[in-house]
Amino acid sequence: MSFVDIKNVRKSFANVEVLKGVTINVEKGEIVTIIGRSGSGKSTLLRCINGLESIDDGEIRINGEVVHDKATDLRRLREKVGIVFQQFNLFPHMTVEQNITLAPTLTKRVAKGEAARKLAHEVLSRVGLEQKIDAYPEQLSGGQQQRVAIARCLAMGPELMLFDEVTSALDPELVGEVLKVMEDLARQGMTMILVTHEMNFARNVASKIVFMHAGKVHEQGAPAALFANPATPELRNFISSTH
Amino acid sequence: MRGFTLSDFETMLWAVQWTATLVIIALALGGPLGLLMAMMRTSRNPVLNGIALVILQIVQGVPLLGMLMFFYFGVPVFLGIKVPALISVSIAFTVFAAAFLGEIWRGGIQAVHTNQSEAAACLGLTRWQSFRHVIAPQAFRIALPATVGFLVQLIKNTSLASVVGFVELARAGQLASAATFAPLTSYACVSAIYFAICFPLTQWSRSLEKKLHVVR
Ligand SMILES: Nc1ncnc2c1ncn2[C@@H]1O[C@H](COP(=O)(O)OP(=O)(O)OP(=O)(O)O)[C@@H](O)[C@H]1O
Ligand SMILES: [Mg+2]
Repeated sequence: MSFVDIKNVRKSFANVEVLKGVTINVEKGEIVTIIGRSGSGKSTLLRCINGLESIDDGEIRINGEVVHDKATDLRRLREKVGIVFQQFNLFPHMTVEQNITLAPTLTKRVAKGEAARKLAHEVLSRVGLEQKIDAYPEQLSGGQQQRVAIARCLAMGPELMLFDEVTSALDPELVGEVLKVMEDLARQGMTMILVTHEMNFARNVASKIVFMHAGKVHEQGAPAALFANPATPELRNFISSTH
Repeated sequence: MRGFTLSDFETMLWAVQWTATLVIIALALGGPLGLLMAMMRTSRNPVLNGIALVILQIVQGVPLLGMLMFFYFGVPVFLGIKVPALISVSIAFTVFAAAFLGEIWRGGIQAVHTNQSEAAACLGLTRWQSFRHVIAPQAFRIALPATVGFLVQLIKNTSLASVVGFVELARAGQLASAATFAPLTSYACVSAIYFAICFPLTQWSRSLEKKLHVVR
């Protein structure tokens, strides 16, 4: 069984079916990039993976554990599955250190004080922002805020990270610093599922690309092959529209 | 008959302690209850939500004066016991404060974007941890100007307690007026004292509001 096993997942909002039987497998250490037009259900799928959304049919397993099972402790699961959003969602009333250490100290993964600060320092160094440990989010640029959001995720010690268009809200000149952090994570062997419009990043970093269209996996494969020989007109159109 | 003297004014100042007592009781008891109301009104449980809504609508639909009468004249007769004015008046103001603070804080809680509680949930926080550490501090900041504004209303509204004979600032003014036949001076003094208390609070509320707008 794959590390992340998404099988025939269906999901409707009111009467509109947004996911119409999605099946994706992600192995440990894989970087899977989901691409597709606006409204094709990419965000919804990510939100289903960490249990933020319920599903109507099918099954999602992470490391064998069924996400939408009543017996599953979603809170414990989410400590292993980090998610980073387009809008950063840092806590504005807390410093960078507090943002990072809040969850690990509340869930007793680390003790308050010295140990927590050390953890904050350690994850901040992985995103190159140690010197901002005492800053408030509003004092940081968008790119820096997003890197803090990634660090906050890392502090939980995740085995899987989900990224939903994390560079889309950034000024173009700030996109690179965030992508670089993600590349580093990929190189260190983090399992990642990411939705992005950065086609170059998808091409260079992803181990697999999933093209979603109208709530289904329309095509998937290794980036080089997929971009060179799209099998369907929808993907061909999509690729040409992104150039 | 005697004229209005400084000692009449001093008696009024002395009565301010009872105005303050009412305000403090209303905040000390109504505050936590208001928080409970706010949490019920923002909870996902429809029963809790419904109960809070009914309480709120009753309190909002009845004039404060009516509530004072109810708790001072009505309830003791119904229960067949004598209740000191301070207790019945305090209950009325506590209920009043709980309902209105509850609504103000509900607004504050709902003004914090759902992204924030979602982010907290994604980090593995419980709903209570999320409320306590992420939502409430932000909601408090948002609701602070309105809360101080309500405090001013509360202080002024304690004058209604004079109707059931409770001697606070307004009632002290009435008594001074009756004793000295100097209503103009008496009530001018009462008003001046209320103003001296409320004006700084109003200014504070204004400046808080401005500060908040700068940040947002
Ligand atoms: N909470 C919701 N309630 C109702 N409809 C929703 C909800 N969330 C998403 N949808 C709808 O589901 C569809 C898929 O949305 P989703 O956000 O997953 O698309 P997406 O592929 O991420 O698009 P984008 O590239 O614009 O982010 C859209 O039509 C959207 O309007
Ligand atoms: Mg999306």
